[in-house]
Amino acid sequence: MFAAENGLRGDPRLQGISKAIRVVPDFPIPGIMFQDITTLLLDHKAFKDTVDIFVDRYRDMGISVVAGIEARGFVFGPSIALAIGAKFVPLRKPNKLPGEVISEAYVLEYGTDRLEMHVGAIEPGERALVIDDLVATGGTLSAAVRLLERMGAEVVECACVVGLPEGQRRLDGKPLYILVEPRLSVNY
Amino acid sequence: MFQDITTLLLDHKAFKDTVDIFVDRYRDMGISVVAGIEARGFVFGPSIALAIGAKFVPLRKPNKLPGEVISEAYVLEYGTDRLEMHVGAIEPGERALVIDDLVATGGTLSAAVRLLERMGAEVVECACVVGLPEGQRRLDGKPLYILVEPRLSVNY
Repeated sequence: MFAAENGLRGDPRLQGISKAIRVVPDFPIPGIMFQDITTLLLDHKAFKDTVDIFVDRYRDMGISVVAGIEARGFVFGPSIALAIGAKFVPLRKPNKLPGEVISEAYVLEYGTDRLEMHVGAIEPGERALVIDDLVATGGTLSAAVRLLERMGAEVVECACVVGLPEGQRRLDGKPLYILVEPRLSVNY
Repeated sequence: MFQDITTLLLDHKAFKDTVDIFVDRYRDMGISVVAGIEARGFVFGPSIALAIGAKFVPLRKPNKLPGEVISEAYVLEYGTDRLEMHVGAIEPGERALVIDDLVATGGTLSAAVRLLERMGAEVVECACVVGLPEGQRRLDGKPLYILVEPRLSVNY
């Protein structure tokens, strides 16, 4: 669901956030209009608004874990976790986390990749939020949800700054909250 | 003996204290750019940037940033790696902070400093949660601020 349809219709902060995202054509491969959030991070107000919107949404949901997907989920997740009193758990590419991990595969356009989480980072019954900058197919988010559920967490929602609702198809009913749609034309 | 900061991130009070200490130090230094080194620098940098009113600029491994970048090599124990930054992310004269979780040899930090200086920024300080002062040797006089020393024995 989009923020604009979920209580934030007409909120001027969403326009500012959308405008701050840069579209880069043909990255990483021809035909992809890449939604580059690094320009959002240069716009202090828009970046702060992004975090504030997520914090306002999640602060009273009893969430004790914010799980961020490497690497751009690390840019948004910790600020949200700190503001709502939750832990931050990084979900990482293989062989980055030291110590004992669990691992979940997910499908890429060509081939597969894996996402890892530390054993013992969360306890069964904890309520979790998954965060990433962008959702496309939902493959990475679904791997993240599976990791958390394997450790007994209840995933309350997946949250992304930008994306299309199609991303929810692979989330097995888990809610998906997106601030803005992708921009289709170059703006910088 | 790997210093794993992920357990710090599970301890809300300790994580908040970490960010608060950096924010208190840097909030009145006129810093407009916080540059975080991929990926664990991304965990600390943005919160500091948001609190002090600065931009956050990610410094990344090769081929991750879309668009035009500049690139700086640095030496690993075996071989070299590169760090990249977007062209246009910062303007000449901006005062910058570099942040990473840990400093060992200082190689990555020194590459970060060079990237920022090539774009005309003034690097005020490099900040890490954990590390040894030796890391400063490769920073060409740039100050290095470290919260804690590495632990030498297993504690979990």
